[in-house]
Amino acid sequence: MGIKFSLAAVVGLILAAYIGVTGAGFYHFFGVTMPYLAIILFLGGVAYRVLNWGRSPVPFRIPTTAGQQKSLPWVKHAKYDNPSTKGQTFVRMALEVLLFRSLFRNTKFEAEEGHRLYYQQEKWLWLAALTFHYCFLVILLRHLRFFTLPVPSFVQGLDRLDGFFQVGLPGIYITDGLFVLAVTYLIIRRLVIPQVRYISLPQDYFPLFLLLAIATTGILTRYIYKVDLIKVKTLAMGLISFHPVVPAGIGTIFFIHFFLVCTLFAYFPFSKLMHAGGIFLSPTRNLPNDNRIRRHVNPWNYPVKVHTYAQYEDHFREKMVEAGLPVDKELEEAPSAPAE
Amino acid sequence: MKIYDGKYILIGLLVFGVLATFPIWLDHGKVIAPADPSLNTPVIDAMMQKHCILPKAQMITEHMKLLNVWRTEVVRDGKRLYVAPDGRKYEMSLETECFRCHSNKAQFCDRCHNFAGLDKATDPYCFSCHVVPSEKKPGAGAVAVVPKEGK
Repeated sequence: MGIKFSLAAVVGLILAAYIGVTGAGFYHFFGVTMPYLAIILFLGGVAYRVLNWGRSPVPFRIPTTAGQQKSLPWVKHAKYDNPSTKGQTFVRMALEVLLFRSLFRNTKFEAEEGHRLYYQQEKWLWLAALTFHYCFLVILLRHLRFFTLPVPSFVQGLDRLDGFFQVGLPGIYITDGLFVLAVTYLIIRRLVIPQVRYISLPQDYFPLFLLLAIATTGILTRYIYKVDLIKVKTLAMGLISFHPVVPAGIGTIFFIHFFLVCTLFAYFPFSKLMHAGGIFLSPTRNLPNDNRIRRHVNPWNYPVKVHTYAQYEDHFREKMVEAGLPVDKELEEAPSAPAE
Repeated sequence: MKIYDGKYILIGLLVFGVLATFPIWLDHGKVIAPADPSLNTPVIDAMMQKHCILPKAQMITEHMKLLNVWRTEVVRDGKRLYVAPDGRKYEMSLETECFRCHSNKAQFCDRCHNFAGLDKATDPYCFSCHVVPSEKKPGAGAVAVVPKEGK
């Protein structure tokens, strides 16, 4: 059901843009209103979600301990799997955000023919996820050439590197192909592995179908149903300089692509895609495991009157000695400086 | 509303906000000149009925594909004659055919290519081999004047 619903939603969006532009001629809505709405929802939504997470107190360190914690000097400490300082935690976070380290440890649990159960490394998900995310980043940065004039040299450099093979004109981008491959893998994985399929919901399929549709329309715009790039850039530059104009004669395929991208941005903060911000605020990742090293005080504790053992002993020392109970400090040394 | 670890969260959000809206800050206050390629060359001005190889809209979006096909046909297949859909015949050559009319690369090709953000030195890479005939200067360099039969 989830698949059909998500697929129908994406097809519906494409049809909405197609009919809205070719039939009703809502150029201004799809070219100006939607992007502004999407970017406001995106930035506002992300800020809201992050601040909302920030309101949750994290009084105690709860990192996932994926290795030996800092212990006695001869016990080897797994610094980045069980960090004990801020610096080590920073490295752990960087490895997680940039290289998806925890996904790299993915294993699968399977029953062999007969009755043997075994664990096995499963790196394909990590590979596809990493490919997908980095391709998406490169594609996003490449699109800066529509929003800047003059275009920064790193964007041009990226463009040249991505179009390295110089196949055809306009040149094929490596990331375009890899992106489609990776997203396709992520969809197929969801459909083929029974356990994953069982837990997949419409909100798992929808972003995948949406991303695939965005990539497909983008590729069509660039190679097949080509549009006037100069007009597209005029539209984009108008948007970011807050003097929006929609030049006449941009192909419908562009508006479909643009509308899908706007949908992605608007949808982003309210969906699982917020893992982009969530990863930084995961208490199981971003906290050093120093529960036993530092004292952590619950931030909403009201002041409690405490009576420590030392105070207790000071109070009752004579009686304790009389009763033959062991004391930390003997009677004669008690008034002097605190014992070691 | 208490934000725990607010220092880190607010700095992170601020960095994200600035990066996400980076083009707005970069282009702020700049006057964006339109691409405005010039069609005023002596040859075009002298034409009674102005036409290119394909209709204008198609030339804008398809010229790179057309040139790529031409290159393949000339270099690999040795074909030099192109028959346009309207029946007109052209020699498949950037330097002698395209530049016969569009002799103003700086005001024509470059205007849109720069506006679209292509890297002038390497993209499009037509001009890493080709030269613009009008820009050929005598004695500028032997490399520029390659006999056409050499292709």
